[in-house]
Amino acid sequence: MQSEAETRQTARSARAGWLLSTPALVLLAVGAIGPLLIVVVYSFLLPGKYGNVEWGFSLDAWRGILFTKDIFDDTLVLADAHLSIFWRSVKLSLLTTLFTFAVGFPTAWFIATRPQKQRALWLFLITIPFWTNLLIRTFAINEIIRNEGLLNTILLSLGLIEKPLEIIYTDTAVFIGMTYVYLPLMVLPLFAAIDRFDMRLLEAGYDLYATRWQVLRRIILPIVKPGIIAGSILVFVPALGAYVTPRILGGGKQMMIGNFIELQFGQGRNWPLGASLSVTLLVIVTAALLVYVRFANRDRGAHHG
Amino acid sequence: MTDTPQSMIEARHTVKAFGQGDHIVRALDDVSLTIRKGEFFTLLGPSGCGKTTLLRLIAGFEMPTAGQILLDGADITDLPPNQRPVNTVFQSYALFPHLTVAQNVGFGLEMQGRPKAEVAKTTAEMLALVKLEAMANRKTSQLSGGQQQRVALARALAPKPKVLLLDEPLSALDLKLRKEMQVELKRLQQETGITFVFVTHDQEEALTMSDRIGVMSAGKLQQVGSPRDIYTRPVNRFVASFIGETNFLPASPVQGGLKLGCGAVIDGLTATKPSVTLTIRPEQIRITAPDEAGSIPATVTSLVYFGTDTHCHMALSDGAEVVVRVQSPASGEAGVTGGQKVGLRLLQGAAQVLED
Repeated sequence: MQSEAETRQTARSARAGWLLSTPALVLLAVGAIGPLLIVVVYSFLLPGKYGNVEWGFSLDAWRGILFTKDIFDDTLVLADAHLSIFWRSVKLSLLTTLFTFAVGFPTAWFIATRPQKQRALWLFLITIPFWTNLLIRTFAINEIIRNEGLLNTILLSLGLIEKPLEIIYTDTAVFIGMTYVYLPLMVLPLFAAIDRFDMRLLEAGYDLYATRWQVLRRIILPIVKPGIIAGSILVFVPALGAYVTPRILGGGKQMMIGNFIELQFGQGRNWPLGASLSVTLLVIVTAALLVYVRFANRDRGAHHG
Repeated sequence: MTDTPQSMIEARHTVKAFGQGDHIVRALDDVSLTIRKGEFFTLLGPSGCGKTTLLRLIAGFEMPTAGQILLDGADITDLPPNQRPVNTVFQSYALFPHLTVAQNVGFGLEMQGRPKAEVAKTTAEMLALVKLEAMANRKTSQLSGGQQQRVALARALAPKPKVLLLDEPLSALDLKLRKEMQVELKRLQQETGITFVFVTHDQEEALTMSDRIGVMSAGKLQQVGSPRDIYTRPVNRFVASFIGETNFLPASPVQGGLKLGCGAVIDGLTATKPSVTLTIRPEQIRITAPDEAGSIPATVTSLVYFGTDTHCHMALSDGAEVVVRVQSPASGEAGVTGGQKVGLRLLQGAAQVLED
């Protein structure tokens, strides 16, 4: 039982906590909720002729996400182009997440199993790409994979291929670019999780007749799962809204949701549609996160028996 | 114990070297050892003596640089740990934090591909054996140190290994719990009949629990024998000083016995070298009147009270120090005082000759 004085003490420190976090909370409220509200409101308005919005309630922007008006008879038809953009975004983001995990896990394991002194160096190397602007790095990838780029020049001169590989401006190009850009975001949380992993458990596993594969699946992966979840979220969420990479490596054609939204606010001059698409993206991301977290928790619940 | 004990583990000239070039350390230096079926065998030695390395070679976590290891007659030198019917209780316990107590205990059985019903049944039996039935569905992090220790034991015993390896399993427990677990371990060993190989640096633990002890130092096996053998007939200075307390006195052979530095002759002992060391346990010496016939004259220098007994430090006439342990009477007085002149009498067979 707490004494009255202790209760007061707890209440006071809780109040102090709130007070201290006020600046951050205000910043978050103004910075995140404010613009979000504007976007939500805009999605229910009419597009202005030269961009911007006209005041007047309309659901056109929401309808426009999935449907488009036939130019001849004004009937609503399913917008295939929009759907393929959504599909490409989700597909490429999932592929990027899976591939960065497949590549990032061995990398993180390698770093975490180095002697303490070397680890800092390896982590430092992982963060080097962050020193350069994303745009420049993406153009560098472009320079490597374009038809007359480094990769094709080398392969051609070695006689391995007869004509250049057409990678640039395809989904593959976007996938390569995103994997490169987001890989560190997968490696770092995985490293943090593996670093905490007690390597003695490996011996315990082998001692109890587990094969290498069973040790990985039954011991390592379940224990470093928080790192896998964190890394996947850190890769999947920004990948879904990626703008620069698909723009430069996908050309104008292989658009992702990010580019599509930009198009509405730019050349498309349909701000409400851009706004409704933005809200949709937010909802997809939130839904994906909820599913993921639920999945993770259910798994843990099952272990409780 | 059968009349003709068969060997369960045999190490033949095993060498384990770590490092490269000029920095090679021989953690095990040509060790040959036989551990019998069903015995409680203890590897005893100070840290860095190679006892844990030998245990890890038996478990399969390390491969020997040279030599062979046989398990129940079969050469297992090149088998990986998951193919050896040997389980380990780790010093750190190494329990799986993401699994419940029951899942930890059943892990080995599950990996062996035993049917679900059998896993559940054996797990329940093992939990009963270590008295943790009530904790079956707890996470291991919710258990106390002693309980975690028991889970580690149950987990290692569940697959019914031929040999259970225990790597200083009690070192993390407090004294009272350690004493309880010593009894518990001995009970488990007798109930299961499994060969236990126990590694410890605690000589008392080794003496009270083991059927036989192997004393190690500097990568070599110094002596193998029953606790009584090792205590009463140590083969060298290291074994004599590492196990229990003892007095070392230089001596040289004379007609009919060995002569101490102070001039006293101990009858009936022989030595091949011109100068040897005698080891005499403090409790094997009695204090007599200074003028008693055949006693060695000594002077009491100091007394240290230990509760059950008192250590009386004595100086012989040549200045050599001897400790005599006197059981404390009810009054707590040792019966002698500092500076007193006394005589010392060795009990029959108390002095052992060490030729190294």
